Amino acid sequence: MVTADFLLPDLGEGLTESEIVAWRVAVGDRVELNQIIADVETAKAIVELPSPRAGIIERLYVSEGVTVNVGEPIVAFEVEAEAEVESVSEPADGLLPSEEAPPPNLVGYGAAVEPRSRLARRARTFNTEQKPSEALPLAGSTVRARATPPVRTLAKSAGVDLSMVNGTGRLGQITRADVEQAKQKAENDVARARTAMPTSTDHVRIPVKGVRKLTAEAMVRSAFTAPHVTIFTTVDVTRTTKLLSRAATTAPFRNVRLTFLAALARAVCIALEQHPEVNSRWDDATESVLQFDHVNLGIAAATPRGLIVPNIELADQLDLKHLASALSELVHVAREGKTMPSVLTGGTFTISNIGVFGVDSGTPILNDGQAAILALGVISPRPWEHKGRIRLREITTLSLSFDHRVLDGEQGAQFLMSVARLLNEPGIAFTAR
Amino acid sequence: MVEAHLIYAESDEEVAEAAVQPSTFEQLIDHNGERGRGSALEGWVSDITDTGLIAFYEDMVVVRRIDTEATALQRQGELGLWPPLLGQEAAQVGSARALAAHDFIFSSYRENAVAYCRGIAVTDVLKPWRGVSGSGWNPFEYRMATPQIIIGAQTLHATGYALGMQLKGSDSVAITYFGDGATSEGDVNEALVFAATYQAPVVFFCQNNHWAISEPVALQSRANIVDRALGFGIPGIRVDGNDVLAVLAATRLALHRARTGGGPTFIEAVTYRMGAHTTADDPTLYRDQAELDAWSHRDPIVRLSNYLRNSGVLTDSGQNAVDERAAAVAAELRAGCIALKDPDPLSIFDHIYAEPNSKIVHQRARYERYLDMFTDAEPSGGQR
Repeated sequence: MVTADFLLPDLGEGLTESEIVAWRVAVGDRVELNQIIADVETAKAIVELPSPRAGIIERLYVSEGVTVNVGEPIVAFEVEAEAEVESVSEPADGLLPSEEAPPPNLVGYGAAVEPRSRLARRARTFNTEQKPSEALPLAGSTVRARATPPVRTLAKSAGVDLSMVNGTGRLGQITRADVEQAKQKAENDVARARTAMPTSTDHVRIPVKGVRKLTAEAMVRSAFTAPHVTIFTTVDVTRTTKLLSRAATTAPFRNVRLTFLAALARAVCIALEQHPEVNSRWDDATESVLQFDHVNLGIAAATPRGLIVPNIELADQLDLKHLASALSELVHVAREGKTMPSVLTGGTFTISNIGVFGVDSGTPILNDGQAAILALGVISPRPWEHKGRIRLREITTLSLSFDHRVLDGEQGAQFLMSVARLLNEPGIAFTAR
Repeated sequence: MVEAHLIYAESDEEVAEAAVQPSTFEQLIDHNGERGRGSALEGWVSDITDTGLIAFYEDMVVVRRIDTEATALQRQGELGLWPPLLGQEAAQVGSARALAAHDFIFSSYRENAVAYCRGIAVTDVLKPWRGVSGSGWNPFEYRMATPQIIIGAQTLHATGYALGMQLKGSDSVAITYFGDGATSEGDVNEALVFAATYQAPVVFFCQNNHWAISEPVALQSRANIVDRALGFGIPGIRVDGNDVLAVLAATRLALHRARTGGGPTFIEAVTYRMGAHTTADDPTLYRDQAELDAWSHRDPIVRLSNYLRNSGVLTDSGQNAVDERAAAVAAELRAGCIALKDPDPLSIFDHIYAEPNSKIVHQRARYERYLDMFTDAEPSGGQR
């Protein structure tokens, strides 16, 4: 008994992939030649796939609903070894015993995908594992490396990336010798790396899913669509910290955890009222700016499952006490992992308290779909000019990242300075509005 | 005067009646397998006995099996493309079996049953569809040109060839196969003009399979296709294309007329493409299942089987023999197809000119040098 793989052929003209809509057979089934084994949908049609041989289904490589590239194995047959010999003089196209190189004629596999899986796979491994670090990509890497088709073929089979090879031929053309040299070097590098690091466990691969994955996607989307600008200001917040400790002892705040973050949240809401253009977002669909008439204040929260940004709805309607309660509730729920999905969307502005980790400042990435994000650094006593003298004061750094499509530096700076002034002299809040 | 009558017709109905003369529809065996009598074509097949019809039946079963196997081979990656003829077996077999060995055939790409009847090896038929050769056979050996992909172009080739036969004083006839869609092409119309003008010995054999890829015939012609020929002064016959006997009769009549100096004939064989246009097509996207079901009842093979069973000439053992023959041809086709080798890349230069040509010699030398640039282990330029 031998195993014969069947590779997905080009079922139309020039197709590169097809979807397995349904299998009509299961592993272990005995099938006849031309018995329909699957329904396959191409870009052009749903067609029935007749079995290329008689035998037993040994393996179905892909499940229903999966799209497969032309030239990839979809089913393996267990066949009599002699049957192989008597029916055809050479291995049938597309029915290669898995470990053999493909025969020259693959009519139905003509599209872009390369069926030469062994060579191709090796080539890919080469590329990822050891890009020759000293070879620089050609200047302006959009320019395709110059090489003749035979040399390209050689490079492909040798797993050499032509864009990493310096051509020594006429007009910088890459020659056969260049490719062979690059291949030799790559092999030496691998050999050296192996001897230098006898254990192959130089890294641990951690699968990314859930919150981590969503964060990754959102961050990439935000970082690569919104042009970010980050500005900083360092401010003396001693008066606010004193106000908070005094207030904490008063009746209204008896059962409330009054944190500096609550004061910052209040300051942000006041400043947003003065600078409503900051409380907005860029709308790609209409290429316009949407300015919100309310503040849903997002708070970046580190949870055991990862970073989430629940928001306090209508935060601009809340006074300090209610903001403080909402904040502690929000953080508590987030740590418990019980945050409702509804509060994870609809935020209009975000605060990230990176100071809790002891750092001074950062360049936060915008929460996807918002125009600005404010990061609060660590608050620590530092020597600071106060009333003409150097005193130890409670100092922090605020950093504001904003979407430059929505805001210019002037507006961002005005907003940030409004927040800073409120924290420096909370009494200004009396004069607000 | 007909014109005056038309212009001064009393009513619209009268105009319609005078303008559109419904063509007769010739049939010898109906869709139930009943043998009718009284068709004008009857006399052309008086030599065909019921036993003699068995051979036609076998041809049809075998070519359907060839068609099924080739379709499967395409799905299995062994052929690049295949144009099924499912449903058109009677039209192709009946007409091909009417031809004399010295007649010349100019076909489209779907006449694989005609090629089979002409004695061309099934493996040779597959060669272009597997991409190993530009054509599968020597046209002069079988007196059948290699299939024409350009819609309708072969009708001009046939007419030109027929004019040549006429000049030579030969009694050979050219027959050209094309579809309903082709009759809307300029080439076909030009061919009809020249054939009529010179009374060329050519038979225009149109298989009206009702679909020009996804365009139904009704969108292309408001009259029967055969009536188009009348406008060129070419007599037409509208025949049941799923009735192998009627097709044989009609083709014999047309061939006789051409051979005896009577000029061209246009045959519309009314049939149905029961499968896809090619393996790259999905007819369920554009045609109703009901239409296909209706035509399934007029299946050319089922009809003949019923007739032969009823008349007692087709027995179970006879049917087994036919099936065995079909299975053997299918196995031969599969093995032959898979064994087809890639051509030598340089062979592309071999058949451009009959005699040495300096430009080709130069190009060949350059291509050879180019191929030598690949190392032995690598695939050469002939690789797909």
